Amino acid sequence: MFSPPPSPAGPPPRPKRLLAAAVAAALLTPFLSACGDSGNPAQAPKTLTYWASNQGASLEADKQILQPELDKFERQTGIKVSVEVVPWSDLLNRLLAAATSGQGPDVVNIGNTWSASLQATGAFVQFDDATLGAVGGRNRFVPAALAAAGAPNQPPTAVPLYSLAYALYYNKKMFADAGIPAAPTTWEQLVDAGRKLTKGQQWGLAIEGANISENAHHAFTFSQQYGGEWFDAAGKPTFDTPQNVAAVKRYIDLMAVDKIANPSNAEYAQNQSVSDFANGKVGMLLWQAVGSALKAQNMPADAYGVAPVPFLASPPAGGKRVNSMVAGINLAVYKHTKNRDAALQFVKFMTSDEEQVALNKTYGSLPSVTTVSGDAAFQAPEQKVLAGVLGSSAAPLPQVPQESQFETLVGTAMKDLFAQVASGGRVTEADIKSKLSDAQSQMRG
Amino acid sequence: MATTVSAPGRAPAGARPGAPRGQDRLAGPARRSWLPYALLLPAIVLELAVHVVPMVVGVWMSLREVTQFHIRDWSGAPFIGLDNYRITLDPGSTAGRELMHSFAVTLTYTVLSVLLSWAFGLAAAVVLQRPFRGRGVLRTLFLTPYALPVYAAVITWTFMFQRDTGLINHVLVDNLGLTDERPFWLIGDNAFVAVLVVSVWRMWPFAFLCLMAGLQNVPDDLYEAAYLDGAGFWRRLTSVTLPMLRPVNHVLVLVLFLWTFNDFNTPYVLFGGSAPRAADLISVHIYQSSFITWDFGAGAAMSVALLLFLLLVTVTYLLVINRGRRRA
Repeated sequence: MFSPPPSPAGPPPRPKRLLAAAVAAALLTPFLSACGDSGNPAQAPKTLTYWASNQGASLEADKQILQPELDKFERQTGIKVSVEVVPWSDLLNRLLAAATSGQGPDVVNIGNTWSASLQATGAFVQFDDATLGAVGGRNRFVPAALAAAGAPNQPPTAVPLYSLAYALYYNKKMFADAGIPAAPTTWEQLVDAGRKLTKGQQWGLAIEGANISENAHHAFTFSQQYGGEWFDAAGKPTFDTPQNVAAVKRYIDLMAVDKIANPSNAEYAQNQSVSDFANGKVGMLLWQAVGSALKAQNMPADAYGVAPVPFLASPPAGGKRVNSMVAGINLAVYKHTKNRDAALQFVKFMTSDEEQVALNKTYGSLPSVTTVSGDAAFQAPEQKVLAGVLGSSAAPLPQVPQESQFETLVGTAMKDLFAQVASGGRVTEADIKSKLSDAQSQMRG
Repeated sequence: MATTVSAPGRAPAGARPGAPRGQDRLAGPARRSWLPYALLLPAIVLELAVHVVPMVVGVWMSLREVTQFHIRDWSGAPFIGLDNYRITLDPGSTAGRELMHSFAVTLTYTVLSVLLSWAFGLAAAVVLQRPFRGRGVLRTLFLTPYALPVYAAVITWTFMFQRDTGLINHVLVDNLGLTDERPFWLIGDNAFVAVLVVSVWRMWPFAFLCLMAGLQNVPDDLYEAAYLDGAGFWRRLTSVTLPMLRPVNHVLVLVLFLWTFNDFNTPYVLFGGSAPRAADLISVHIYQSSFITWDFGAGAAMSVALLLFLLLVTVTYLLVINRGRRRA
């Protein structure tokens, strides 16, 4: 469109033409050489590439936390680890791209709910008994955490690195001011407390309504309490069962009917609910190991209490005593790594007692190995509650290949329902059933 | 190689430098003919690598069941014929219905965005046509949205659109008092307005730039003649400016249409990867249906359908324009 008109002059003089040919050659050279660059497999690299997930306050903070540990690993083994901290919003795409192309990092952090989905790609080293033996053995790992590392009856596709669970965080001062004596243990009590806390600009409960993963995690827990499942034994989706409809309705109703959550929460997707809780705008928060994030936002640990997520006061038939998913981060190794032994050495290092204490202490998460749970670092009230939940009343999300589709479709349906509520609309059981049926009909594979 | 280049290309001795090309061609047609192709070669190779090969691979993928079970060795994914098209384009299925909805939203969005961008661009270009003090500053200011990195700009918009703390509601509700209730912009039906506003904000400077360049070519004589004939502002705009801008507009509207229709960054950044139904633009819809749900075959089928639609629009548009031009 903006190209200059053709020059009326005659053919260009010779040097110019030579120049043109040279430019053409120069343009082609990098392209052609890039095509031919397939690396040299003969030289096993002394460097590993590690993609870490974002666990701390920022990507840069994570890099600063991890780098001294990686330097220590290099001093011990001579293997240099080059780390890149990948934000959660990009991580799954990046993992898939690396799986498709067979290029990319050697070792990666994965959200443990993706384990079975990623396992199905066949792109990762399976931790059979021999491989597990190379990193310390199966018995070393917390059983619930290892169960969330791949489909049942198959070798895990990763090993657990950081373990997490949901808990109820509440603002002690706001509770005292409202005359609430103790943390609620049932949803009915939570609603009651929420009503007492909700006044003026202050709200009872924070909800991250536009965050698809958060929605899906709550859908799972509520469904367990109502006796539902999102997949049957054969791995087929069962989204629109009455139990799941009731479960989603219970969660949505916290905003729609009980009115203990600010309608603005329907657009929250960037952890604004954590900020609201830290800033005293809201009295309760359902979150995973949020202590370090609260500290970063100037909320001291003695300002809030931590309790297990409530249960239903009178659960229906089949209702399970589950109040959290087994949340956590796993460590996986790509099959395409050119230095598998070094990669496994690194996995062993990251799950060693010393690193488990150091890293989990910094992140406020729990160790994934059984040997250090008694360490002083994990005796704070928050960690004790989380460990109690993980040990007794947490269940892994469905370990089926379509798990991430479930999170996306159901989480999005709930986001739409929250939007409907926030805009003043009503949400009936029929609306929820129709949304869940639509989500289910989009499942394939 | 150098000798072959040099000898045939030289103008015959005594030929005038500005001699018509025909004469030159007669001097050595066979010997010169390869040079233009050689110069085109890098562009063709890169065009093939960057555009054509991925398109062909996309068509190929759309005929296969590429899910997470096969992405590692996706060339070995089972061939399923037109099944992906049947599932994604069937208006009776949920997926097909949602795709049609998304297509309708995208079409409305594109038409409105192109119209508004073009109108703003034209208005600004006409206002800045005559020199006045500060014209350079205004031109620079108007082009700023086009120069800003898309992600940074759109993230700023997401902050501005937030219900409780956003600037938009602060102005509309707190300062102007237009409504009592603070509206949502990033969820619900208003999301369409939000994405449209951001799109126009991003696109109109390009329209402004093209139209401003086009106006430079309109001779002043025409305006003077029109002025002497007693033509007012509107008459000069409709009888001189717009007809003279027609060639620019033909390309501008097409380019704006294609860019806006395919725009991924704006809705993706604004809505964080999952757009509300009212603003479910097709690029993000396809991304959701392939990347997020791990069904790359279905995503490829939707992309191919989209490609065919845009190809049809482009060809029809060019045919109509060219026919109009021949008649004129």
